Amino acid sequence: MSGNGKPKIAFFDFTSCEGCQLTVVDSLQDHPELLNVVEIVQFREAMTEKGEDYQIAFIEGSCTRESDEARLKKIREQAALVVALGTCAHLSGVNSLKALHPLDEVRRYVYGDKADWYETYDARPIDAVIQVDYAIPGCPIDRNEFIAVVKALLLGKKPPIPDYPVCVECKLKENVCMFTRGKVCLGPVTRAGCGAICPSYGASCEACRGYITNPNDNSMQEVLAKAGLSVEDITSIYTMFTTYQVREKLMQKG
Amino acid sequence: MNQRIDVHHVTRVEGHGNIVVEVENGNLKTCRFDVVETPRFFEAMLLGRPYLEASHITSRICGICATGHATASLRASEKALGVELSEQSWLLRKLTFHGEILDSHILHVYMLVAPDFLGVGSVIPLVSTHPDVVLRALRMKKLSGDLCAAITGRHTHPIAMTVGGFTHFPKMAELESLRQRLIESRKDVEATVELFSKLPWPEFERETEYVSLNKADEYAFIDGDIVTTDGVRVPPERYKEVTNEFMVPHSTAKFTRNKRESLMVGALARFNNNYDQLHPKAKEAAAALGMKPKVTNTFLNSAAQVVEIVHSTEDSIQIIEKLLERGIQHEDPAPVKRMPGEGVGVAEVPRGLLIHHYAIGEDGRITAANCIIPTNQNINNLEHDMRAWVPKVMHKPQDAMRLDLEMLVRAYDPCISCSVHVLTIK
Repeated sequence: MSGNGKPKIAFFDFTSCEGCQLTVVDSLQDHPELLNVVEIVQFREAMTEKGEDYQIAFIEGSCTRESDEARLKKIREQAALVVALGTCAHLSGVNSLKALHPLDEVRRYVYGDKADWYETYDARPIDAVIQVDYAIPGCPIDRNEFIAVVKALLLGKKPPIPDYPVCVECKLKENVCMFTRGKVCLGPVTRAGCGAICPSYGASCEACRGYITNPNDNSMQEVLAKAGLSVEDITSIYTMFTTYQVREKLMQKG
Repeated sequence: MNQRIDVHHVTRVEGHGNIVVEVENGNLKTCRFDVVETPRFFEAMLLGRPYLEASHITSRICGICATGHATASLRASEKALGVELSEQSWLLRKLTFHGEILDSHILHVYMLVAPDFLGVGSVIPLVSTHPDVVLRALRMKKLSGDLCAAITGRHTHPIAMTVGGFTHFPKMAELESLRQRLIESRKDVEATVELFSKLPWPEFERETEYVSLNKADEYAFIDGDIVTTDGVRVPPERYKEVTNEFMVPHSTAKFTRNKRESLMVGALARFNNNYDQLHPKAKEAAAALGMKPKVTNTFLNSAAQVVEIVHSTEDSIQIIEKLLERGIQHEDPAPVKRMPGEGVGVAEVPRGLLIHHYAIGEDGRITAANCIIPTNQNINNLEHDMRAWVPKVMHKPQDAMRLDLEMLVRAYDPCISCSVHVLTIK
């Protein structure tokens, strides 16, 4: 705690677009009262000051090079609570798409004969490097969910992240099902909490929030096959944000 | 005189960059802007993905200019596949694009640049010292975010734009409400021009080659020829004749140069090339800010953003009035006319010229991709500016000199996350 009794929070960014931090800025615009109960001591994108005595660390972005691991470990040592902010930190997200190609090819494709100048390895979520207490899913995060999580943390409660599929929220919104509209959608297996925002704007769920604890994978694959998707197509839609998890699952199965 | 400035991770910019400057006995020894952002490899990530995913994947390059990346991506696919947008789709694309220009520029000039002039480290202390300014900025930013959200669902990572058009359409009542709010916001826009016309911009002239898109009949944000103040004009497909990328060891971003040692893109480049196409009210704002092309003071890039805030506000009102007059049709996306194909999509995102170049195979999957990012094109120019700027400020105390250098970096509004994934198409 700081002298004024407010918990100190800090924001850190690793490999990401920093859109989740921008969403935090937007959330604070809607809820300026939050600044009465916490003190932000580090937020590089928005402020110059840097404080190292934080209790809660929000980390955006994936870990994509070995030299970033030490910085992550230092944050873990300092913070009482580490929260993964958004899909890149939580699941590795689109950053893991590069794992679908041999790493050498990826490096040469982008940097040609200078590939050796740039350090990189397969992208990973931050819980592959340090222990993470909670995750706020989403690409980007949902601003209301961010506020709800911060409030829960300040009250010492477990953050209210749903463990039911996007379809539940989509039905409540009275959207016409994407499958009925001739599209395929990952809503049946994806974690809710986004208010089914993509189907509400006419686009299929791409599983940016990751999967629920017990998804009905077999039924999902049947539905996708029935919709005319080849195995290649199914792999494709499953890997947009969750390549890292899909590969982990395959490795567990051997 | 000796000075060493080493700013690790410059704050109030998007992404990670370091300033390294060494002055020894009054001579400039080292002068670098190191891009230390992790490489991201988006072009490689696109390989093998269905073209319909490309705009959703590439919007994730940048949280600030997500709509710009999605737009350039869609234009690349649409050019590759012979897709012709309807008039309504064009109006909606332009309107949401204005929303992002406004959002990004307001964030930059109020929250990232203004604190330097007011002697504080962030916008937070201004809440108590200049509440009217902060509340105005928040009001304007909220409106621009709501504008994007009404069209595409949200500003960061837009949902409803797809190849050939849109998957969702705003209601007439939403458009009417946005129109009224934009009209009300004119007084905030005027106050913005007034505030920034009074700021003591540092005096610094270094002419360079200013590069932007250009269209005869409108201030170009989407599509157009690539033009420069050194007299070059090429269609988008010939972008490599201008961008000429090369790599340096201290940066994960590639550098560019054309006719001179470096070139500059962004609001100032657009202002210099496209002044004639600005809305009359934006030209009035430019006069109030003391700007007439060609402006060669890099710091005035932020002032050019203020001019564009006026232009985008006025053009948004006109577009909405046109949409209200013609009504909103729930159109299916325009059809794909050919496959395979190759196309170049160009857009003037907040920080300057953005190019996406894709080849799409017979199966609809991407076989080659190249993205050229504004900040990449600017970093080489920034280093040349730093070399010219340091001799003017190196006599100052170290803290003052550091601030002067940071302000120069911030004038570019660099977006470093964006800048670190570029390649030459084979």
